Amino acid sequence: MTQRSFPLPVVGVGGRIDHPAAAAAFNADVARTDWHDASLWFVREKRDRAASTVPDWEALRARASAIKEHALTHLDEYLVRFEENATQNGMQVHWARDADEHNRIVHGILAAAGARKLVKSKSMLTEECGLNPYLEARGIEVVDTDLGERIVQLRGEGPSHIVMPAIHLRKEEVGATFHDKLGTPAGLADPNALAGAAREHLRQRFLAADCTLTGVNFAIAETGGFVVCTNEGNADLGMALAPIHIASMGIEKVIPRVEDLGVFLRLLARSATGQAVTAYSTHVHGPRVGQALHVVLVDNGRTRQLAREEFWRSLKCIRCGACMNTCPIYRRSGGHSYGSTVPGPIGSVLTPGLDLDRYATLPFASTLCGSCTAVCPVKIDLDTQLFRWRQRVVENGSVSLAKRVAIDGSTRVLDRPRLFRTLGKLARVGLRILPAPLARRAAGAWGRTREAPVPPSQSFRAWYRRHRGGAA
Amino acid sequence: MASSVALFVPCYVDQFFPHVAIAALTVLERLGIKVDVPDGAACCGQPAANAGFAREGHSTLARFVDVYAPYERIIVLSGSCAVHVKQHAGEVAAHGGQTDSAGARVAERTTEFCSYLHDELGVDWIAGLGATYSGRVAVHIGCHALRGLGLARPSELQIRPFDKVRALLGAVRGLEIAELARPDECCGFGGTFAVGEPVVSTKMGRDRLRDITTHGAQAVVSTDMSCLMHLDGLARREHMGLPMYHVAEVLAGTAGSR
Repeated sequence: MTQRSFPLPVVGVGGRIDHPAAAAAFNADVARTDWHDASLWFVREKRDRAASTVPDWEALRARASAIKEHALTHLDEYLVRFEENATQNGMQVHWARDADEHNRIVHGILAAAGARKLVKSKSMLTEECGLNPYLEARGIEVVDTDLGERIVQLRGEGPSHIVMPAIHLRKEEVGATFHDKLGTPAGLADPNALAGAAREHLRQRFLAADCTLTGVNFAIAETGGFVVCTNEGNADLGMALAPIHIASMGIEKVIPRVEDLGVFLRLLARSATGQAVTAYSTHVHGPRVGQALHVVLVDNGRTRQLAREEFWRSLKCIRCGACMNTCPIYRRSGGHSYGSTVPGPIGSVLTPGLDLDRYATLPFASTLCGSCTAVCPVKIDLDTQLFRWRQRVVENGSVSLAKRVAIDGSTRVLDRPRLFRTLGKLARVGLRILPAPLARRAAGAWGRTREAPVPPSQSFRAWYRRHRGGAA
Repeated sequence: MASSVALFVPCYVDQFFPHVAIAALTVLERLGIKVDVPDGAACCGQPAANAGFAREGHSTLARFVDVYAPYERIIVLSGSCAVHVKQHAGEVAAHGGQTDSAGARVAERTTEFCSYLHDELGVDWIAGLGATYSGRVAVHIGCHALRGLGLARPSELQIRPFDKVRALLGAVRGLEIAELARPDECCGFGGTFAVGEPVVSTKMGRDRLRDITTHGAQAVVSTDMSCLMHLDGLARREHMGLPMYHVAEVLAGTAGSR
């Protein structure tokens, strides 16, 4: 897997992701946390303005949700129809059960053609599959061409956001990376100049590429075509130049009809960045003359998630990232703190399905405020699913971990005896989830930054008995 | 049973903030509502459930259902607890606590203090209280009250704006409301989140307080004492001198008297 230079202690005992610890490390740099939060909130506000310009936005969300639920509950039919029509269109369709099979298929296509140089546009699926290190280990040069992805690739990191992969970095840090890797002048931090340098650098890679790999935003069953949305045109340049085009897609990306695009394309960019539409929405309906076009349909745990009554609706996700931008925890803990390809609320719902023990802290990285659910363009009930995953984490036997995340948060011993006494009193009257030792630790985590409530002379119940005695 | 309307005072309000429960009771009584506060159910089971122990929390919720089943209306003095009861009391039967549909009935009959005043008594009726308050306040609606109960339009939704809490506070003479940069950002309490993720929780709270103070608010008024327990704890640690009140205290005229 890609090495991450961002020094976060995300992995704890037994390879488990420790979100509270990673979030605490992120917050050690208050200025960065403030700036990260403000950058994402800016995007959220831009999204609000863009959404407000669309009449019946809420009806559009409901429509999108219904289409996705229909597609997901008829996935077998639509995938086969897509395969038939895509094949008719001259595409070669491959099926991959898991990440490893996906990587083997992609490598097989490259090896058969003797291809050594691959340019990629943004694809979270290939991040999920660990494609880059797989291919690099087999002598293939892989270049991510999305600017943000190229930045994190040069730094040996993973993306921290699915739409803005380098949102955790300041322009000065990008300048230092470019100076180091691309030879730009030391201290250069002007965004336009840096983008220009990246353009020069990437242009050579585009021209030299043997193969291009793109993601897929929407695959249309009735036409056998698919749509790729980018703002940089990098997918288009790759597709226009390379003799081989591989499109990797999760099986949940299929939609029934071409007219459904009228719903999703209006929602996607507005939700993602507050743009009316992405700069490029490219419709692919077959290979160029002389080009080979492969589509790889990847399951990698999706059918398992689909079979889960409580969580299958998470597969409606169109990867806009709006839930990340709005999430007050994501904004203040950074994408890397989740230790998963997809971070934020949707990541905390999707990723536990892959390995519940490893990702047990993610469903607890939320106040269940519900902003994610309200912002989601396909109306995924994210906060409800987070709540349900918490129950499954406890049932799964990650009880001590769950308790630690939920109750403890600190190993410090009691430093607020007054709160402890009051919590103990509370425990006696019915808050049975806080047995005394846990309450003591909770008091430590509470009291480090907050005063305890001032205990009143009597409880309401005592007052009530005295003043309204006999009632009830 | 002396009344068909019951007030539920959540565990932490009972223990830490009795004056808020007294204020709520006072407001309801002044408005002519005869209210019981039945004994026997201290908690709704939400803290356990949100920590992943819903099954364990169900016995607590079953007790809540038993105690409140006889009432026509159950007014909960917390948006968060009200949402939990409304969403989960119906499940109690499935877990063997009840043999009939008492849980579902309790869920349906449960409301929250501000919702009850606004929806069932009406703002004109509330104005009859003649409440006054001198000063500029920030309004903090708990996230569950906001999105789970619909006390106001959440900023994400593209629907006609409404705000029941502001409507209620509009009936308070002399009270001014400060506009915040982020009207409905979470305060970071989140129940066990406050101690499970203390660093992010603290950061969220401090950011919320900064928004409140930089927009000229001299006090905070909320639907939920749980949010305020967290915000007030942070504010007092920083010696901010920022008093915090439940809506009930403002309507009862006891805000600022402590």
